[in-house]
Amino acid sequence: MPIKVLIIIPCFNEEKSIVSLLSELLTINFSNKYWIEIAVVNDGSQDKTVEVVSQFNVIILDLPVNIGIGGAVQTGFKYAFENDFEIAIQVDGDGQHPPLEILKMLKAYEENPSNIIIGSRFIVKQGFQSSTLRRIGIFYLHFLNKIFTQKNIYDSTSGFRLFDKKAIALAARYYPDEYPEPESLVIFAKAGFSISEIPVMMKPRQAGQSSIRYFSQVYYIIKVTIAMFFSYIRKVN
Amino acid sequence: MQKIQIIIIFINSLLLFYIARLIIKGKLREEYIIAWIVCTVLLMFFSFWRNGLEVLAKAFGIFEAPNLVFISFIFIILIYLLHLSIVNTKLQKDITKLTQEIALMKQNLKKDEANDAA
Repeated sequence: MPIKVLIIIPCFNEEKSIVSLLSELLTINFSNKYWIEIAVVNDGSQDKTVEVVSQFNVIILDLPVNIGIGGAVQTGFKYAFENDFEIAIQVDGDGQHPPLEILKMLKAYEENPSNIIIGSRFIVKQGFQSSTLRRIGIFYLHFLNKIFTQKNIYDSTSGFRLFDKKAIALAARYYPDEYPEPESLVIFAKAGFSISEIPVMMKPRQAGQSSIRYFSQVYYIIKVTIAMFFSYIRKVN
Repeated sequence: MQKIQIIIIFINSLLLFYIARLIIKGKLREEYIIAWIVCTVLLMFFSFWRNGLEVLAKAFGIFEAPNLVFISFIFIILIYLLHLSIVNTKLQKDITKLTQEIALMKQNLKKDEANDAA
């Protein structure tokens, strides 16, 4: 039996970049070992994201109101959990994550299965590296991760991640809603999950806006620090 | 009885009446009713017994009686705001859950329809 893999693509007003992402994704030749399904989670977009996506043969999880990136991704995990998927891969809808890199993630999972595999920009310096200010922030997050997860995670903000069955089950039940990536790693580490990182190429976003904009970066850092600290203390059962 | 007392008692009665109406019409949840009634009753109590404030202030060691009013009301308002934040957090969580359920159900429905057609 092939391994069921769900590719989760959270989208908020991504009508421009989602087309190229999906058409690229659908042309990839995955090996017969895998049975791939693509789920686009529309997080209450006001543009034509849903109409555009309906032209493709993919699953649409259409959230009637905007609930934020965390809740949107979690909807994908819930779907994966209910339908017994072995693996879920989260890919951003803005085209930052080249679909071909998914093959790399799957290969990394075959060779060295861990509960979570992060596609990281920082292990090998290639492709898009983002601005200085952002890199200082990411350096600080690395330090925070070291404290709260006791692991060396370089790209904790990466939204390009692979989850195995155990990680899907936990994420379906409990997933932070605002800026979820670093915070969720604390929860996964506390659950005793293994987390590994592989280098991937990333492109600058094609259209739309980052969910982390300039003047809210200070807020982002403060919020993530507090959230990681409380996730560290909190009991998740 | 002084003019100001009569005015306050009058305004207070209006407030009490309005709250009662909200409760009767079911526009105010029970958990809030207690807070609002206690507030109005306290106001009513001190508008009848004006000296009560002075007595209480002295008991707490506060020189100016009005400061007691400010302090206690600011405290009550802060606690109440905290309570509203808690309620808001719960509502947001519930909405997230409901929204996700709806999206998943819509997808299931679509799948069933496709199966029926096939």
